[in-house]
Amino acid sequence: MPDTEAPALEVWNLHAGYGAIEVLHGVDLTVPKGSVFALMGPNGAGKTTLLNVCAGIVPAAKGCVHVDGMHVNGVAPEVFARAGLCSIPEGRGTFPNLTVRENLRVFTHASPHSLEEVEEIAFARFPRLRDRSSQLAGTLSGGERQMLAMARAFVSEPAVLLLDEISMGLAPIIVGDLYDQVQQLAADGIAILLVEQFAAAALRVADYAAVMRHGRIEVLGEPADVAGALSGSYLGAPA
Amino acid sequence: MHSLLLTYTVAGMVTGCLYALTAAGLVVTYQTSGIFNFAHGAIGMFMAFTYWQLTERWDVPWPLSMLLVLLVLAPLLGAFVERAFVRPLYGASLSVTLVVTLGLLLLLLGVADALWPNTVTREMPSIFPGQVRIFGLAVTHYEIMVLIVSIAVAVGLRLLFTRTRIGITMRAVVDDRDLTARAGASPIRTAQLSWALGASLAALAGILIAPLQHLDQLNLTLLVIDGYAAAMVGRLKSLPLTVAGALLLGLVYNYSVGYLPNDVLSWWSPVIPMALLFVVVLVLKPAQLQRARVAVRRQRRTMALVPSLLTGGLFVAASWVISGHLSPGNVITFGQGLVLGIVMLSLVLMAGYGGQVSLAQMTFAGFGAFCMGKIAGGHSIVGLVAAMVLPALVGGVLAALVLRLRGLYLALATLAFAYAMESLFFNHFLGYGGILSVGRLGLTSQRGFLLEVAVIFAALAVGVLALRRGPFGRRLKAMNDSEAACASLGMSVTATKVAAFVIGCGIAGLGGALYGGWQGEVGPNDFAMLQSLILLLIVTLGGIDTVTGAFAAALFFALRPIIESHLPFSNGTFILVGLGAVSVGQNPGGIAGQLGDAIDRVRSLGHERRPAEEVRLAGH
Repeated sequence: MPDTEAPALEVWNLHAGYGAIEVLHGVDLTVPKGSVFALMGPNGAGKTTLLNVCAGIVPAAKGCVHVDGMHVNGVAPEVFARAGLCSIPEGRGTFPNLTVRENLRVFTHASPHSLEEVEEIAFARFPRLRDRSSQLAGTLSGGERQMLAMARAFVSEPAVLLLDEISMGLAPIIVGDLYDQVQQLAADGIAILLVEQFAAAALRVADYAAVMRHGRIEVLGEPADVAGALSGSYLGAPA
Repeated sequence: MHSLLLTYTVAGMVTGCLYALTAAGLVVTYQTSGIFNFAHGAIGMFMAFTYWQLTERWDVPWPLSMLLVLLVLAPLLGAFVERAFVRPLYGASLSVTLVVTLGLLLLLLGVADALWPNTVTREMPSIFPGQVRIFGLAVTHYEIMVLIVSIAVAVGLRLLFTRTRIGITMRAVVDDRDLTARAGASPIRTAQLSWALGASLAALAGILIAPLQHLDQLNLTLLVIDGYAAAMVGRLKSLPLTVAGALLLGLVYNYSVGYLPNDVLSWWSPVIPMALLFVVVLVLKPAQLQRARVAVRRQRRTMALVPSLLTGGLFVAASWVISGHLSPGNVITFGQGLVLGIVMLSLVLMAGYGGQVSLAQMTFAGFGAFCMGKIAGGHSIVGLVAAMVLPALVGGVLAALVLRLRGLYLALATLAFAYAMESLFFNHFLGYGGILSVGRLGLTSQRGFLLEVAVIFAALAVGVLALRRGPFGRRLKAMNDSEAACASLGMSVTATKVAAFVIGCGIAGLGGALYGGWQGEVGPNDFAMLQSLILLLIVTLGGIDTVTGAFAAALFFALRPIIESHLPFSNGTFILVGLGAVSVGQNPGGIAGQLGDAIDRVRSLGHERRPAEEVRLAGH
């Protein structure tokens, strides 16, 4: 049942993995409406797996995921997407063999808007995409591709947005621009859970932050507190 | 002469259009589901027969029948096939997807045979009889219709894939399945829709091709398969290139029909499309088709030398005892199962261990039978040795030719090879009336020869197991997992692949010689392409990656006539094997795999389950 007081995304004692190998060993976290939650940690900590479980791509073995107070374990990813959960995977948020315009056409599946409105919203946010509209997404620059991927977050107007390493392989100035857009999305009331290696960029916009290691959340708190614990976590010092 | 050229050009365009229709459907389904549908031709055949039933038997007017078949029945069949057989295959290994769609081909052939027995000749009615003269050239209405329909389909597909959301989404699924789901479209529904569309295109091709000759299940299926070459020109990817390839094939075919001398033509004309398929597969650089899909299965322990020797001895003894109690008729089927079991052992080695799926093993068996029968009266040791050496050599040469082909391309190349050999070699060289008598070497009495075959089967099984345990077996398995990784370790993939073909084809040749001896006489039908398909399917049902599987398959073959005598329809093999094969998606290990799982379960009873905690700590 929808609950107006419930946080947008709540993960409770989540266990998940691939086959016999468990990657997440009981993760709890809460993302309130309109806030940005930054998840950091070394490679192999289970950050991407956590996002994929939340998006319905990887099934949960134990524990639960609540979106808007509703229990959503086992829901197919496309149903999730249409119900207002937008997830943008790391480095491949676009269809490389489709043109920009065709990409937007596919994005309309999860959008309340018509194709014309979708194009208008996307091109208003990222004017460079308009110039590239009939170009294959695979031929765009890394920054333009990430803009196109981010455009889906704007056109589908989700309640929850999951972002996986949007800074991957991009120049710092573009990363800065993209995080301005993230802040804008949060201001519109969207709850955002983002995974990031580029700690400074993420902590600048985050309301909450956490460090994950070995499938568990080790540090959780305000961005400033977490920043201090971060290097220790990466270098393997006892937290 | 001038008008003759024009005539052949028009005929070539029409043939090309028919190829293009076939190939387009194939490309559409392959692109959205990543699965090459070997049963595409069979679906077209089945729907053409359905159309014939509607118009000729139930007197439904042809436009209505056409709409019914193309817009209702064929899409339903396609969607059903996707739901029932294809859906478990997403993420399965290539050999499994191959077997399932080949099984579907066989199943549809069998069902069509049962529904429309081949005892009467059926003709597809022509929709628009008559012809017109265009610039002095006689063109039939049928030809004009084919051209118009093909152009309409091409334009329609182009619009679908670039102008409609569902068409663009189909292309999106090809690019990235997961992302399509994240964007809110169901990849499964999309793939199902494309299978429905593919089946509809197959039906259209089937109905349009059917009037070219008598309605015959196998011929029609094979005619549709001819279009595969065109799909390969487009590398199963590009529709425009596919159409270009189809037109080229059609023209080449008709020019050769027109200009080659008659005696050459009678040999070549049925082989041309398959020869072209072979050449196209060899020449074209395979596009990067799919991300490598490695289906990891539980490692089974290979039987050690002493137990395998004991089991082999036990098997020989049991065969001897059992054969004493069987009726003469049952001895024949039992022996037939065993000799084919030997050919199946070659598949275990090549396909099961090495991942080299060959659709031509009965062709090599046929070479073996040919050597045995032709050399020194049909019962000499020289013949038997030649029966192993010649197929091994041919296999080695074929392996060298298809060296860089893997998976689907290798399967298609061997399929084309089997079909070409069937028409070029076995139909012409076996002997008077196509029958070749083959003698026996060693024990010649029925029971004695059975014992001999059982001993050879057991010895080869022990030998194959020994190979599997040794360094060559490890190389085969490694090549199966990743050729790139093998090469980067300094292992010669070339040598391993050629060796696998040489040994496998040698075994198949020996099996063929014994098959000939067991049967006494062999004909071209024994070594037809379809027989190789059936063999591969049966051994997969048994469990292609274990020797036990080949044995289970041999037993099934032996028991088959008994099972079939209880079935209410003819041609039960096709239906039985087809039904079995389409279920392989749920159970890739086959019967032997099931058995192994059951044994593991019994063994693990009483053992504590390993706690999850321990597994986790082991990673640190």
